[in-house]
Amino acid sequence: MATVTMARALNSALREALRADDDVLVFGEDVGPLGGVFRITDGLTREFGQERCFDTPLAEAGIVGVAVGLCMGGFRPVVEMQFDAFGYPAFEQIASHVAKTRNRTRGRLSLPMVIRVPFGGGIGGVEHHSDSSEAYYAHTPGLKVVTPATVEDAYWLLRDAVDDPDPVVFMEPKRLYWSRGEVSTARGSVEPLGRAVVRRAGRDVTVVAYGPAVPVALEAAREAARGGVELEVVDLRSLVPFDDATVVASVRRTGRCVVVQEAQGFAGVGAEVAARVQERCFHSLAAPVLRVAGFDVPYPPPAVERAHLPSVRRILGAVSRLQFDDEPDLTHGVAGVVS
Amino acid sequence: MSFQALRQTVDRLLPSSDPVRYVAEDGTPLPVPDDGGIPADAVLLDAFRRMVVGRRFDAQATVLTRQGRLAVYPSSRGQEACQIGAVLALREEDWLFPTYRDSMALFARGLDPLELLTLLRGEWHCGYDPMAWRTAPQCTPLATQAPHAVGLAEALRRRGRGGVVLVLVGDGGTSEGDFHEALNFAGVLGAPVVFLVQNNRYAISVPLERQSAAPALAFRGVGCGVPSEQVDGNDLVATLAVVSAAVERARAGRGPSLVEAHTYRVEPHTNADDAARYRDEEEVARWRAADPVVRLERYLRHRGLLTDREVEDARQEAERVAEALRAGLSGPLAGDPLELFSHVFAEPTPQLVEQRAWLAAELAAWDGDGGAGGDSDGVEEEGRSGWRR
Ligand SMILES: Cc1ncc(C[n+]2csc(CCOP(=O)(O)OP(=O)(O)O)c2C)c(N)n1
Ligand SMILES: [Mg+2]
Repeated sequence: MATVTMARALNSALREALRADDDVLVFGEDVGPLGGVFRITDGLTREFGQERCFDTPLAEAGIVGVAVGLCMGGFRPVVEMQFDAFGYPAFEQIASHVAKTRNRTRGRLSLPMVIRVPFGGGIGGVEHHSDSSEAYYAHTPGLKVVTPATVEDAYWLLRDAVDDPDPVVFMEPKRLYWSRGEVSTARGSVEPLGRAVVRRAGRDVTVVAYGPAVPVALEAAREAARGGVELEVVDLRSLVPFDDATVVASVRRTGRCVVVQEAQGFAGVGAEVAARVQERCFHSLAAPVLRVAGFDVPYPPPAVERAHLPSVRRILGAVSRLQFDDEPDLTHGVAGVVS
Repeated sequence: MSFQALRQTVDRLLPSSDPVRYVAEDGTPLPVPDDGGIPADAVLLDAFRRMVVGRRFDAQATVLTRQGRLAVYPSSRGQEACQIGAVLALREEDWLFPTYRDSMALFARGLDPLELLTLLRGEWHCGYDPMAWRTAPQCTPLATQAPHAVGLAEALRRRGRGGVVLVLVGDGGTSEGDFHEALNFAGVLGAPVVFLVQNNRYAISVPLERQSAAPALAFRGVGCGVPSEQVDGNDLVATLAVVSAAVERARAGRGPSLVEAHTYRVEPHTNADDAARYRDEEEVARWRAADPVVRLERYLRHRGLLTDREVEDARQEAERVAEALRAGLSGPLAGDPLELFSHVFAEPTPQLVEQRAWLAAELAAWDGDGGAGGDSDGVEEEGRSGWRR
C-alpha cells in the first residue's frame, strides 16, 4: 500500500464524504479553487462544483452561524477555520449555539456539522498561527473534540466526524500535515471516534498523549526502551468523549503515568487526564501523575518555539521522576542513559 | 460601472427617506404608493384580533412575573403592529427566527401562549418543536440568530421547494458583528431571507443615538448590497405591506432585504428593569398615545370594516387567553434533574452516563430520607435539605 501525507488523507476523506452524501457541503475561507491554505480541500471545487465546496466571506462567526442554519435545513456542513487563533471570532456561535442546540430543543434539532481547525505549532508560524485551542472546545458541553495523530486516523476520524449526529470540532495538527502513512479504506480498520488506542505497548509507564504530541511520545518510548524502560503510549484521539476505560486499563497495568500535551499546561486537557487517572487508579499508582506541557505563555515566536514544545528529553525527564526504586535517569541526552 | 449605473444601484438599495406609512396616527388612510397594495380586509381584521388578544396576553405575562410564575418577561407592548404585521406576511412553509422580545410574533405564528413562554418560565429548552412550527427557539445572545436564518434560507434555496426566512433583530442587536456578517452572507449568497429590525429606540437603557450614527438603521443594508426599507412599525397596514413585499421578493428568487420598523418599547426592558433611570415619563406618554392597536382600530372603523361587535369578541377572546395563561402557570415547573443528561449528545458520553447514575443515586438517597431529616449526621442533613431548597 502506498503512503500518503496526512494532508492528502484528509483531502480524500472530504472527497469520499462529498461523494457518499449529497447533503455534505464544504465551505470556509479560500477552500474553493485555491484548495485551502494547507490544500486540504484541493480539487474539491473542481470535482463537486461551487455549490458543494465554496469560498465564503471572511467572517468566522458567520461561517459557523450559517452552518447552523444549513444543518436546520438538513445539510451536513464541514467548515474550515483557517487557523486555530482565527477560530476565536466564531466562539460565541460555537459555545452558545453549536454546543447547545440539541439540548435547548430537547433533542429535536441536531447539528451534524464538523468544524475543522488546523492547530498547534512547530511549523515556524508567525504569531496567531500556532495556538492549541482544544481545551476551550473540550470544556464546552455538547461538542465532540477529536484530533488525529496518524495518517489513517486522520482519514477515518474525519469520515466518522462527518457521519456523526453531533457537532465535532476536528483539530488537525498542522505539523503532522506532511507526515506520511498508509490508509486502509476498509471501514472498521481503525477504532471508531470516541476510543483511545494503545500506540505502543509497554509495562513500566503509561504516556498519554494526543495530536501533535503523539509522535514525540513514541519517539521518547523508543529512546526509553534503549535504556530498558518500557513506555506504553496511549493516543487519546478523542478528547470528548473521553475514553477512560483505555487510559485506566493501561495505568492500572503500569502503575505510572505521564501526560503529554503541546498546549499550555494550566487548566488544560492534560490536567483533566491527570485528575481522572488519580480518581480512578490511585491504588495502582506508584508515583504522582506528571504532566509535560507547553509553558503558560502566549505561543512563542519561531526563533524560540523549540524551547516551548514538549520534547523527547522532557518526557524522559518526567519518566525518570516517577519514583522508581532504581531511579533511572533518562535525562542525560536523547540517547537515554539509564543507570 | 458608470456613475449613472452606480447611482441607480444605490437608489434601488436605499430606503425611502421617511418611514413608509399607510395610516395616520388618528387612523385616517394616507395615500398609498403605486407598488404597495393594501392587504386584504380579512387579513387586517385577523391582525386586529391578534393584536387585541396579544396585548392582553402581554399584560398578563408581566403580571405573572410579579407573582413569580414567570422567571422574566420582556414586554412587547407597543410593538404589536410590527411583530404581528411581519409574521402575517409569512406562509406556513416559511421560517421565523425570533428573539426573547418577540412573544407577539410567536403568538401570531400560531404557537400556544403557554408553550411559547417555556424559556421565560425558566426552562432550559424552548418548549415548542422548532421543526414542526418552522420557528427557531427564541434567541437571547443578540443577533446570533441572524446567521442561522441566512443558513436556513440558503438551505431552502438549495432544496428549491420554496420557503422564505424572516429574522427579527433589535436596534441594539444591529451593532453586533453577527448582524453584519449575516447581512453580508445573505447578500453574497442571495439567500431568501428578510431581516426585520425592530427599532424600539432602546437597548435596555442605551438609546438609539448611542447605538449608531447611521441616518437610519435601514442604511445598514446598502453596504451589503441588500435592498432596504424603513416603515412606521406602529402602522400595521404599512408593516404588513412592506414586509410582504420583501418576503415575496425573496420568494421570487430576488434575494434578501432589510426592513427597519420604527416603534417604541413602552414597558421597561423586562419586569426587572427600572426605566425611570434613563428616560422620562413624557417621552413614554407620547408613545403611549401613538398606540398601534388603537391606530388600527380607528382605521378599520374609519373604513367601516370593524363594528363594536368584533371589538367585543376580540376582548372576550383576550380574557379567555389571559385566564388560560393564569391557570396554566399556576403550578410549579415539573423539572426532572435526570433529563439534564438526555439531550447533550445523541448518545450520552460514558462520562454523562456515569454522572447521571451518580445523580440518580443521590436523588434516591434524598427520597429515601422521606424529607423528615431523620439522619443525625449534620453534614448529610445539610446536603439533603440543600436539594429541597
Ligand atoms: C451578545 C449579547 N450581549 C448582551 C446581551 C444582554 N442584553 C440582553 S437584551 C439587551 C438589549 C438589546 O437591545 P435591542 O437589540 O434593541 O433589543 P430589545 O431588547 O430592545 O428588543 C442586552 C444588552 C445579550 N443578550 N447578548
Ligand atoms: Mg431595542
